[in-house]
Amino acid sequence: MTSALRLRDVHKTFGKTPIIRGVSLEVARGERHAIIGPNGAGKSTLFNLISGRFRPTSGSISLEGREIAGAESFHINRLGLSRSFQVTNLFAQMSVFENLRCGVLWSLGHRYDFWRDVDRLHDANEIAAEVLKQIQLTSRRDALAGVLTYAEQRALEIGITIASGAKIILLDEPTAGMSRSETARAVELIRAVSKGRTLLMVEHDMGVVFDLADRVSVLVYGRILATDAPARIEENPEVQAAYLGAD
Amino acid sequence: MGRAISRRWPWLAAASALAVLPHLPGLSTNFGRSLLSQMGIAALFALSYNVLLGQTGLLSFGHAVYFGLGGYVAMHLLRAVDGGLPVPVPLVPLAGALGGLFFGVLFGSVTTRRAHTVFALISLGIGELVYAATLMLPSFFGGEEGITANRSRGPRLFGLTFAPQIEVYFVIAAWVLLSAALLHRFTRTPVGRMCNAVRDNPERAEFVGYNTQRIRFIAFCVAATFAGLAGGLHALNYEIVASEAVSPARSGNVILMAFCGGTGNFIGPVLGAAVITWLQVSLSDYTSAWLLYLGIFFLALVLFAPGGLSAIVLSQAALLRTRAAGALLKGYSMALLPVMAMAAGVAMLIEMPYRMSTQPELGTRMRLFGHHWDAATPWPWLLALALIGAGLWLLRRAWPVVVAARQLGARSRD
Repeated sequence: MTSALRLRDVHKTFGKTPIIRGVSLEVARGERHAIIGPNGAGKSTLFNLISGRFRPTSGSISLEGREIAGAESFHINRLGLSRSFQVTNLFAQMSVFENLRCGVLWSLGHRYDFWRDVDRLHDANEIAAEVLKQIQLTSRRDALAGVLTYAEQRALEIGITIASGAKIILLDEPTAGMSRSETARAVELIRAVSKGRTLLMVEHDMGVVFDLADRVSVLVYGRILATDAPARIEENPEVQAAYLGAD
Repeated sequence: MGRAISRRWPWLAAASALAVLPHLPGLSTNFGRSLLSQMGIAALFALSYNVLLGQTGLLSFGHAVYFGLGGYVAMHLLRAVDGGLPVPVPLVPLAGALGGLFFGVLFGSVTTRRAHTVFALISLGIGELVYAATLMLPSFFGGEEGITANRSRGPRLFGLTFAPQIEVYFVIAAWVLLSAALLHRFTRTPVGRMCNAVRDNPERAEFVGYNTQRIRFIAFCVAATFAGLAGGLHALNYEIVASEAVSPARSGNVILMAFCGGTGNFIGPVLGAAVITWLQVSLSDYTSAWLLYLGIFFLALVLFAPGGLSAIVLSQAALLRTRAAGALLKGYSMALLPVMAMAAGVAMLIEMPYRMSTQPELGTRMRLFGHHWDAATPWPWLLALALIGAGLWLLRRAWPVVVAARQLGARSRD
């Protein structure tokens, strides 16, 4: 069986500074996989490499068996990988509904259509309304994304990420900066939306990680220290020394 | 059904207005109809520009390239019609649209590779390049004098010769209305919405599957096509196209129109084009310093009403529907006189030195606001300062009434 996502000896160097120093990682289909690690370990860089924002210096990245290292991000997205951002990244001057609808246009094949009225694209409107309900923003349907509260923006961020029906979703610190109750709601949302999909997430909140993840990889200084079930990771002395102990 | 009507009534209203306008007193003259034709052409040009600026977030300094080149292409077709080619004259502007599209594809494939500052600079470069080319290739462009044709020599259509201004006006009005409807439609399509997405956040747009470069390119071609159509209408209206049509000055003018009207809503550029065209035509009748006033008007808008005239109209209309309407009108009527006094004072301070330096042969005596003044005496200067001072003093008393009314209006809307 091919894994959903496979990284082989991926390196990324900025100038002369190596940030990712030989990462190999396999994420199985339907798995919820978390990447943890101290600040500056290269977690976001790793996400940027997988999603095509950066081009790896060397190594291979494959999505469902197809090589994607160095491909444009829109190509990778069209292959079924979608991502959220650590810093909220929305269409600020557009309504919440419009944000979600933009998220589904390509995957429904509307692509570069410059004739049909978007209000009459029933499939796009239905899915956008469905996702709107799922992320519990129905009452904010026509508000501009830029004026939402932080937690609402994070929810919308997840909404756009899943709207296209991507098979693999990457969530970059989805609960960062949230209150305890907001985090609990976000975890439920992530659990719900990741059903039937492969999830790879970067997360600082250990509660969230141990609650959600099937397996955890620990990234330290550009290398994967260990990959295992959450409970086993907690017991791993190497991990404790490098990361958990310091927390 | 009800929704379809509510969507269509603005267009029906616009069509009726376009039909009635050239028959209204003051506009039913040749001058009035020519002014309306000019406004229509400018409105379409500004609408096409807003596909770039307002909708896609691309600041172009060279949009006149597509207007002018479209105009040249249409003009060459009109010359061929003059020579006997059986093409109905009202269809000639379509050649302008095709010309705009052709050059949009040609130059757009280069400029839209990048966004932001680089895009703006490349557009500036292409603008200068094409302007220079019109002067260097006289066989096609006719040099500085441009090329001319006669629009009334084409095949007659329903007995129309298109020689009278009113007939050309209706050709222009029809094209502008149809184009505005198409451009409005474009904002509501998947690509139209993705233009907004690319404007707001190109990176996110890539992560929902779109090639942002392609979106920019499509927007650019649409903008160039309709700019070319406006250029074709320009050719038909004036029966001459010269290098001025592609000039950086015209590119600057369309930015002015879009900004003054407001880039944030569809109707803004139309409003801006109408007002700026009217100011350009009528102000120049009163004073040769009209460009200076236009500049002051533009600066004031950018500083105090960045949303443009359309945003002012919309926000005031909303306020006037609240219970603060009475208080607001009272505040504005209190502020009106002081503002007019200040404007008169400023105008005197501008006009007196301007006339003395540009027309020294006329001496220091001049006519301003229906009165004779001698700028060699201190009195007109003192009067101007007094007008500004008194206006300022009164305005400071009237303004709190306006502010309070606005706050009341904003509260009662929530």
